[in-house]
Amino acid sequence: MNGLINWFVQVTSLTAFNLRTIPERRGSALSSVIGIAGVVLVLVGVLSVASGFRRAMVSSGSPSEAIVLRSGSDSEMTSGLGRDEVRVIEDAPGIARDASGPLASAELFVIINLPKRSTGTDANVSLRGISPAAYAVRGNVRIVAGRRFTPGRNEVIVGAAAAGQFAGLDLGQDIRIGQNDWHVVGIFTANGDVSESEIWTDASVLQPAYHRGDTFQSVYVRLASPGDFKAFKDSLTTNPQLNVTPVRLSDFYAEHSTVVTEFIQRIGVVIALLMALGALFGALNTMYSAVAARTREIATLRALGFGSGPVIVSVLVESLALALVGGVVGGVAAYLAFNGHKTSTINWQTFSQVAFSFAVTPGLLARAIVFAMTIGLVGGLFPALRAARTPIATALREV
Amino acid sequence: MSESQPPLVRVRGVDKVYHRGSEDIHVLLNLDLDVHPGEFLALMGPSGSGKSTLLNLIGGLDRPSQGTIEIGGERIDEISSRQLAAWRARHVGFVFQFYNLMPVMNAERNVELPLLLTHLNRGERRQHVETALHVVGLADRSRHHPRQLSGGEQQRVGIARAIVTDPTLLLCDEPTGDLDRKSGDEILGLLQALNREQGKTIIMVTHDPHAAQRASRIVYLEKGQLVSERPS
Repeated sequence: MNGLINWFVQVTSLTAFNLRTIPERRGSALSSVIGIAGVVLVLVGVLSVASGFRRAMVSSGSPSEAIVLRSGSDSEMTSGLGRDEVRVIEDAPGIARDASGPLASAELFVIINLPKRSTGTDANVSLRGISPAAYAVRGNVRIVAGRRFTPGRNEVIVGAAAAGQFAGLDLGQDIRIGQNDWHVVGIFTANGDVSESEIWTDASVLQPAYHRGDTFQSVYVRLASPGDFKAFKDSLTTNPQLNVTPVRLSDFYAEHSTVVTEFIQRIGVVIALLMALGALFGALNTMYSAVAARTREIATLRALGFGSGPVIVSVLVESLALALVGGVVGGVAAYLAFNGHKTSTINWQTFSQVAFSFAVTPGLLARAIVFAMTIGLVGGLFPALRAARTPIATALREV
Repeated sequence: MSESQPPLVRVRGVDKVYHRGSEDIHVLLNLDLDVHPGEFLALMGPSGSGKSTLLNLIGGLDRPSQGTIEIGGERIDEISSRQLAAWRARHVGFVFQFYNLMPVMNAERNVELPLLLTHLNRGERRQHVETALHVVGLADRSRHHPRQLSGGEQQRVGIARAIVTDPTLLLCDEPTGDLDRKSGDEILGLLQALNREQGKTIIMVTHDPHAAQRASRIVYLEKGQLVSERPS
């Protein structure tokens, strides 16, 4: 027990000594901190794109909402439902109701081209035809400017993110799509979810405009409670009149965000690893310099009776402390530079643009700090071993 | 000094060989040496004669290639590195040519360093530090950092650090080698006082015959062997 206490006393006194000498080595220490901060900045920056995209997609669905597609379809693009099928779906058990009837919205979905405000290049934007119940089904849609469209008219309401990203979608403007002009009468928000990247109009107006007859692509429903999903699903999948697949909306969007988020995450990790390699050599250099500059001091401490173990730990702690500072600086810089930055990207699973904000989340920052500490640990280990292994008599002679 | 007592330091048949590539360099050859409690021994000899190597072996900073080293009846050539570190902390005080003080610590903190390896509490450590600094005449400079002290004062701090744990043995490697004559004389006087008044056993490596005169015995080394010895 006494030995252990003695060991900790040695570690703390040596560590305190090392940390107090950092100002004397501020140049190399600063370069190490900046190197690691740069790695963290890039890592967090890139991964915040993925987390922002995922957040926009996942927040779009709640467990109380479900979407019904034709069996075999993995997206609305490839789905198709007739009016009779929609009626059967609307009558299924488990769907919430209000005074107007079941909270179910039969919808269709087309892709239109609009220029991006930032580059002027065309991008795919979702134009969605909705039923009157769509507002109640989503529950989070708020008109923040103008009004809802009038059913039966060529009017659209535009998601706030779409209005910000694409040209020609300001309130009061007309947009020409195909052979028709559509008047923008409202701007809506939806708690930052994927709907905000869309343009909505009356499904019954969109159907003839796109020669869709009386067909839809999906039915969105609000369940009476999340627990009603099983009954709802069972009733649809066992009904011989239907050939459909019901999916919880939260699961649907999570699945639809995987390709993009995984791609961005992979890119981010590869970039970060390459930069980490550079930062690792920086950290190694710093710690080797630190140890080399104090070779005689460390040897003196060992001559006085301090053990090799505490020497190793104290050098590692210093390296970790520098890495922690670098990680925190990089994380804060990433937060200030990227968090909330708005952009849009194509979702390859729906071929439409999704507008979203970069999200520097606490989880992302924690991962980045762990990454920085790993660089610090590896960067400090070899110099620490060198400090502990150099024969004392040899080290005492070094100037 | 008491020659009737068994020697405090007993070196027997010690060889020290360094390997440089395929070449073996014999620094010490079959060396025997006794140092009795209370002795002040000066080790002299030309550069490369092996005197610092011998001092390092006696201080447990290095291990002999062959032979035995016994300090206070304990074979230090046989114990593990960890035990050797603990042994050094308990029994040896080192005084270095270039003082080897920690530049970020003031005199008080430098002297306190070896006490961190003991079980003394903060108050007891402070008391020991004050005493050691008083002995070397630097009680009023305790808050000064090394850069604020002269070479002689820094070496006094180094000596205070060496004696603060009341070690069995004081090992000094060229303690006046970096000092002017006046400061060197003061340091030698201090070592002499520690030897005479406090009975400290001191082994000092020096090139300087004037410094060696302060010792009670002088041993000459040449090519790794004792060639002569005489009382000063």
